[in-house]
Amino acid sequence: MNQATVKRPAGRGGRNLELPEHLKRYKGVWVFIEHDRGHVHQVSWELMGAARQLADTLGAEVAGVLMGGPDEPLETFAQEAFGYGADLCYVTRAPVLAGYRNEPFTRGLTELVNTYQPEIMLLGATTMGRDLAGSVATTLQTGLTADCTELNIDPTSRALAATRPTFGGSLLCTIMTLAYRPQMATVRPRVMPMPKKDATRSGRIIEGTLDLAESEIVTKLLDFIPDASSNKINLAYADIIVSGGKGMKKPENFELIWNLARVLGAEVGATRPVVQAGWVEAERQVGQTGKTVRPKLYIAAGISGAIQHRVGMEGADAIVAINSDPNAPIFDFAHYGIVGNAMTVLPALTEAFRAHLAARSAGGVVAA
Amino acid sequence: MHIVVCIKQVPDSAQIRVHPVTNTIMRQGVPAIVNPYDLFALEEALRLKDRFGGRVTVLCMGPPQAEDSLRKCVSFGADDAILVTDRAFAGADTLATSYALASAIRQIGREQAVDLVFTGKQTVDGDTAQVGPGIAKRLGLQLLTYVSRIVELDMDAKKIVIERRAEGGVQVLRTAVPCLITMLENTNELRFASMPSMINAARVPIRRWNKDDAGIEDIEKIGLKGSPTVVSKVFGPTPRTEKAEMLAVEESSLRDVSLNLIQRLFTRHPGLEQQLLERSDA
Repeated sequence: MNQATVKRPAGRGGRNLELPEHLKRYKGVWVFIEHDRGHVHQVSWELMGAARQLADTLGAEVAGVLMGGPDEPLETFAQEAFGYGADLCYVTRAPVLAGYRNEPFTRGLTELVNTYQPEIMLLGATTMGRDLAGSVATTLQTGLTADCTELNIDPTSRALAATRPTFGGSLLCTIMTLAYRPQMATVRPRVMPMPKKDATRSGRIIEGTLDLAESEIVTKLLDFIPDASSNKINLAYADIIVSGGKGMKKPENFELIWNLARVLGAEVGATRPVVQAGWVEAERQVGQTGKTVRPKLYIAAGISGAIQHRVGMEGADAIVAINSDPNAPIFDFAHYGIVGNAMTVLPALTEAFRAHLAARSAGGVVAA
Repeated sequence: MHIVVCIKQVPDSAQIRVHPVTNTIMRQGVPAIVNPYDLFALEEALRLKDRFGGRVTVLCMGPPQAEDSLRKCVSFGADDAILVTDRAFAGADTLATSYALASAIRQIGREQAVDLVFTGKQTVDGDTAQVGPGIAKRLGLQLLTYVSRIVELDMDAKKIVIERRAEGGVQVLRTAVPCLITMLENTNELRFASMPSMINAARVPIRRWNKDDAGIEDIEKIGLKGSPTVVSKVFGPTPRTEKAEMLAVEESSLRDVSLNLIQRLFTRHPGLEQQLLERSDA
């Protein structure tokens, strides 16, 4: 092979960027299927769609990894996985895998990787996925790229080209793991589109075991306190979000955000400074260090549009920005802009939405 | 009790701007700060010190300027500060970083045994949340990520009970000390640094460790060489070409602006209106 013609990624320091012979037999794209109390996290299916495309490019198979306790419906989850594009599922059941804990899951997943040798492994960037991915990658001494927004196969090296925002979202970088396997990546919920389900697809199930006794595990799960449904915040999957920034001036003014959200059945979001000031819960933070959202409508009030916020919400179908500064960066990427004081615009907008929806559902036509 | 808190000095990303023409990031004048998430870890460690006595050591890997961040932590009440700094660490990804920090913590433990290691949940520049789990794995410590509350700590029995944020709820876990905790944000409020402690911090010597001081055994595992990930391309985001439709407030009443917006919005997105109407029918 003519080395001079091989286009190499920028690398310094005399690193070995060639894949060693024994790692070349690592094949297939895996998705760790995250589930809890009878439900698969939607991010796992989003990843399944991405894995299918990567595997088709490589001419490889897609496998789902399911780990859980003896009473969990893992076979049902596997059938769902086939519908979303998996060719096979590795199903590992063990009493120690009931309820997520780092130690048994790291051990189980690491053993599975060493036995079946995938070339790519994807996990959701959730509290579970990030906890597990970091531990597994360190144990396997391989590369892990967090919070990817795009996954491709590099045509030259056939390696996973994982693109992610860096510097708070101001730049994007593409990262590859060339000389190590598997190539690991996490992706946040809502970043990848949900694939179409084909209920007629089927696949193989490979049963696994985990030889690990409860007495060997140091950490004990004492309790799980589910979030009360009244304060369950599901920002990532909300269809409509009304968000506020520091331009709302003081925490009491957030009531105006809540009022509009109630009329629209929307979730309430916020910027990092607002969360840091303690005005709203951290789970409401939208942006690079918060949640990625993809609503049909995003209303941003008193938000300047810093890049760190933008990367979390620019995927919205419609963005309405209300800001008193006509030069605020948010007007560069909003679809509709209102230059004005959010404290007076929000109540007017709330009333207008309420009146419009009331009139329309009464069958009337509203004159604008 | 001896607690090590790992911190990172980061650019204040809230102040990073992208040059509108060249689409490159403008770093000039962007101040360096302690990663905000690490301050919740520091405060939690200081609270445990208040209750149980003992020492808090802050540890940072970075360039010589990162000394400022360590000094800041001392002003809040940390007892000792160590900056691991060496050109050999340059270009480290999270795997190589966790190797270097784990070596340094082992070295700190040789001076005085370490009971707890704290980190923030993630940094605001890298955003990976990978270094904490990496350190725990390398040191063979139990890992507790996204901890929202320390419920109970029994130093005689070497047991700790914590609450951690999980998807859809909170897990209550009990484990053995020593362990590594990554602290969730907004779980505590950082104390004020008093004037005497700030003056003290200005005088406290920050210990500088090179790779040998930090006890690095395998130089193949640090810096660029120890990093399996390769950055192949850095580029700016594609700017959006379409501009926002602006509705000016001064030209008309707030009510008219609102109705105008609603009409434009629902004309372009009829599905959205339909969904809202179905909701109000329900």
